[in-house]
Amino acid sequence: MNTTILLFLVQDGITNGAIYALLGLALVLVFAVTRVILIPQGEFVTYGALTYATLSAGQVPGTAQLAAVMGIVAFGLDLYLARKSLHAKRILRAFAVNIAFPFAILALTYALAGRHNTIPVNTALSLLIVAAIGLFLYRIAFQPIAHTSVLVLLIASVGCHLAMQGFGLVFFGAEGLRGPAVSNAALTIGPLSFSGQSLAVYGITVAFIVGLWLFFDYTLYGKALRATAVNRLGARLVGIRTSLSGQLAFLLASLIGAISGILIVPITTLYYDTGFLIGLKGFIAAIIGGLISYPITAVAALGVGLVEAFSSFYASNFKEVIVFTLIIPVLVLRSLAAPEVEEEQD
Amino acid sequence: MSAPLLAVSDVHISYGKVEAVRSVSLDVSANQIVTIIGANGAGKTTLLNAIMGILPLKGRVTFGGEDMTSFDIEDRVAAGLSLVPEHRELFGTMNVEDNLQLGAFRIAKATAAQSFERVYTLFPRLKERRKQLAGTLSGGEQQMLAMGRALMGAPKLLMLDEPSLGLAPIIVSDIFRTVGELRAAGVSVLLVEQNAQAALKIADHAYVMELGEFVLDGPAAEIATNQQVVASYLGFQHA
Ligand SMILES: Nc1ncnc2c1ncn2[C@@H]1O[C@H](COP(=O)(O)OP(=O)(O)OP(=O)(O)O)[C@@H](O)[C@H]1O
Ligand SMILES: [Mg+2]
Repeated sequence: MNTTILLFLVQDGITNGAIYALLGLALVLVFAVTRVILIPQGEFVTYGALTYATLSAGQVPGTAQLAAVMGIVAFGLDLYLARKSLHAKRILRAFAVNIAFPFAILALTYALAGRHNTIPVNTALSLLIVAAIGLFLYRIAFQPIAHTSVLVLLIASVGCHLAMQGFGLVFFGAEGLRGPAVSNAALTIGPLSFSGQSLAVYGITVAFIVGLWLFFDYTLYGKALRATAVNRLGARLVGIRTSLSGQLAFLLASLIGAISGILIVPITTLYYDTGFLIGLKGFIAAIIGGLISYPITAVAALGVGLVEAFSSFYASNFKEVIVFTLIIPVLVLRSLAAPEVEEEQD
Repeated sequence: MSAPLLAVSDVHISYGKVEAVRSVSLDVSANQIVTIIGANGAGKTTLLNAIMGILPLKGRVTFGGEDMTSFDIEDRVAAGLSLVPEHRELFGTMNVEDNLQLGAFRIAKATAAQSFERVYTLFPRLKERRKQLAGTLSGGEQQMLAMGRALMGAPKLLMLDEPSLGLAPIIVSDIFRTVGELRAAGVSVLLVEQNAQAALKIADHAYVMELGEFVLDGPAAEIATNQQVVASYLGFQHA
């Protein structure tokens, strides 16, 4: 192997690893706040990528309609829950979030479809659509069972993954799609050449991590999310709604997923089920971080990306096998090191 | 007499099939300190938790004239009810200032600034330690932080579950002095205490709880001299 190939593999590994890091961080966040192991994280990637690709092709993606339908269901649930005390303010808020928001996006999508929109417009619209789906997914599938055990939440999570993957097939078909690159520029430094797209991946990943850090450390809502993760009862006692924290966490996770998808889809063709595999690699990183540690997760994700890049060079048939085998020694080590823990019930 | 701030009527609370609190009624008026005394396992914590909405109950709880029996914890907080729970439930990996700021989660930013002022005046110790993680504070400091966090939300009624538990006598007297100051500042207090003598000294009204029921109630001064109470709860402290 010569230096050029080595550098190329490292670069490739870091580009993918950056994406896995984003996804891994989202998984840790969602688990800490809601105790949900977010299997459908990969579907957010797919939805983001394919929504963006469909919009770029001038069509209306089915996800925009899905968001609107989920909004109606969420509104129904909110009304049912508030039936005993129907305050005008509550209903108005529920209407704004569940009906006005997704239908405004849907209207915007129809208005903009078919024109030649710029890449930022399509990106923003895709993010809005997937964010709405993430928000409503929590509202519909997880909020009503938020108090149950991790196992029940996991089963619901697997169900959501299967359902969303099925919808993905309906919306986008079995053929893969590609989207236009955020940037076509290229940069060469010595033996290294960076595509504009991979620079965008680095830049956006770093920006997102810094953004998340600022959000969690300096804003009231960021602190409220952390508080819910640290002590659920304590958070409720100061008036932070568990449902609000859960919705925020899912909103962030779906945004992160969609961004990752939009960043990848110009590099590789994505199919309706590709997101799952990508999400799983973020999941490995999150498991290595014990579903608790953000920094370990981010470093582990880069490791996963590198292992993947090198194994695709040496043994491309076994690429996925090698990557997923990583988890076995980690789990063995963790089970030896970890003290016995009882599951929290509340 | 005006309507009480908090009215609990005919409340039953069960853990599964076991009834831990039976047919309990209690009132707290504005600007009043009310205390519940009773032996270990009498059901005091159970009652406070149920009033806060942490445990389900049978019966009725009204606050400020509003029936809040079916309210969530968060809605009770919004209505002006606050609990410092037996286990404090602080945000251990966050610093003192963040804990306090979150205590004011529901109120406007401008009011929160005043609340900070007030809490730091009540507990200067917290101001000194404002960058320290809550989990690394001493027991007494954690209790101050728990009370401070509850006060940040500017509650109308503060429920305290054994604020003196495990604290040195000097800090206990600090805490009780603070409770007295709260009443002066217009906050009502519902106080559960093992330290019956101190509680009865500052309270206006007292209830005595045994095996899940109230067996006695009256003005605190009368309860403090009741022979039965002296024998069971104050006896050794007088000796
Ligand atoms: N989660 C629970 N499940 C079953 N029984 C419980 C539970 N929590 C409390 N109990 C029982 O309910 C009764 C009342 O308990 P509670 O904690 O309310 O007592 P307490 O008056 O606060 O006592 P202490 O002064 O020791 O704090 C006790 O007999 C206790 O064993
Ligand atoms: Mg107790």
